[in-house]
Amino acid sequence: MVQLNTKIGSLELKNPVMTASGTFGYGTEYADFMDIERLGAIIVKGTTLNPRQGNPYPRMAETPSGMLNAVGLQNKGVDYFVDHIYPEVRKIQTNIIVNVSGSCIDDYVQTASIINTLDDIPAIELNISCPNVKQGGMAFGVKPESAAQVVSAVRKAYDKTLIVKLSPNVTDITEIARAVEGAGADSVSLINTMLGMAIDAEKRKPILSTITGGMSGPAVKPVALRMVWQTAKAVKIPVIGLGGICSATDAIEFLLAGASAIQIGTANFIDPSISEKVIDGIADYLERHHFTGVQDIIGALE
Amino acid sequence: MPHCQLSILNFKLPSQYIYILMKKFQTDMLVADNRMVGPGATLLTLSFPGELPDMVAGQFAELQVPSAKVLLRRPISIHFIDRERKLVEFLIQIVGEGTSSLAALKQGDTLNVLLPLGNGFNYRSTHISKPLLIGGGVGMAPLLFLGQELSGHGIRPTFLFGGRTEALILRQEEFRKYGDLFITTEDGSAGEKGFVTNHSLLMDSEQFDRIYACGPTPMLKAVAHWAKDHETACEVSLEHRMACGIGACLCCVEDTADSGNVCVCKVGPVFNIDRLKWFN
Repeated sequence: MVQLNTKIGSLELKNPVMTASGTFGYGTEYADFMDIERLGAIIVKGTTLNPRQGNPYPRMAETPSGMLNAVGLQNKGVDYFVDHIYPEVRKIQTNIIVNVSGSCIDDYVQTASIINTLDDIPAIELNISCPNVKQGGMAFGVKPESAAQVVSAVRKAYDKTLIVKLSPNVTDITEIARAVEGAGADSVSLINTMLGMAIDAEKRKPILSTITGGMSGPAVKPVALRMVWQTAKAVKIPVIGLGGICSATDAIEFLLAGASAIQIGTANFIDPSISEKVIDGIADYLERHHFTGVQDIIGALE
Repeated sequence: MPHCQLSILNFKLPSQYIYILMKKFQTDMLVADNRMVGPGATLLTLSFPGELPDMVAGQFAELQVPSAKVLLRRPISIHFIDRERKLVEFLIQIVGEGTSSLAALKQGDTLNVLLPLGNGFNYRSTHISKPLLIGGGVGMAPLLFLGQELSGHGIRPTFLFGGRTEALILRQEEFRKYGDLFITTEDGSAGEKGFVTNHSLLMDSEQFDRIYACGPTPMLKAVAHWAKDHETACEVSLEHRMACGIGACLCCVEDTADSGNVCVCKVGPVFNIDRLKWFN
């Protein structure tokens, strides 16, 4: 038996496969299709201090090998999460990580401190990279100074594992990664969606209600892989890789590029049991190449 | 009509929560048949490996698309089921690459399918005696399954279908097995000329106690306004652009009066018009 376990700071994962925020609901949506407790972690939908209705419909456009979304952080707010969702998701026997977003630093800090009190939430993923909201979101994640500012403020209020989700919509992602590492992040996850756009030529109108949206899916994988490789060399904290992962081979490429764990996002929409297949596929790969565990291939690009 | 028998810990659940209890399946299905049944419309028959799960008319399936050019599944409503032969039929309008490649499937091919998804028409827990089923274009698809279900409960529904021209009123013989069929066409080639809401059937607003409608949004809105004006209960099936089909991605939302944005794939696709913000 190969060792699939890995670590993100002090957070122990039974395997490196997580599901990405906004693509896996609260986990329960997928329970009919797979054993969700096999996952290394489930990162639940972006949660904000106050409820958010999100953006108007239409919010999605399919693109060649990808999709654009403009959901805009629709969620019922952190209090609703604590009262109604947490009691259910805490029963799931794997790490439940909450993705935290906000419009201003104080929003992030307040939401993180509330989540900090929940015993069965061992980590948060700070979303400073959502491209679909007018205020906050990606605005914090595109400059090293503002990224460091929000992370250091949250760090003071949050004492468990702090993962920071980075935006690819920057000139140099390693600069942002180093800034948040310096501000106290335990890990960085990348990439969030790439800002894109779709037009309906017949109607001469944008397809998305917000005109622009976040692109994800296999089309962004090469960009994500490059950024993970660059970032893993630039920081000492563990890197979590995501962006277009659709198979165990894709996941292994991210691990080889230096990711300590990976997230599956858009692929969950195409095959709701894909993450289980990726876990099995990683194990098969390790056996086939006579490795003892996942640790042997993290950053093992020759 | 039988009332909903589902209960958990003695709490009777309203029918709109049936979907929470209905197990969804991801399975490979065998193509039993696939043939054109009208201009740009194919009837895809898939065989389920095992007993067919319980399904409500108005629910849909997410069909994998057998083309490398297309990423996402296609949400297609359940058109008809043959429980004995374990078959599920889908009436598919060919509109783009995804539906074209579904139309190209051959007998013996396999296709990965998620079903049953969403929340169908409310007929199991509501007393209905004279339902009117209104369909526009290929939007008539789920109404055959609904006719089949209603017929199983001893109810003979009335169908009212609209289309641009006669050839686009599909599967007329099959619908007539379950109820009377009335037609409107925009060019007058069959039935009455005009839109469904202009049909003379609607002159007597008292004769129907519930309307179930599926079709293009402008038609649904016209039907909903008619139903509101004539105080007739009405449910419509919405067709929003979806990604996951299971309420995870939050892409396919409709703004409702009671809960704001909700997923059409999970809370819908069928909505009672009282929940919709269509009347301001």
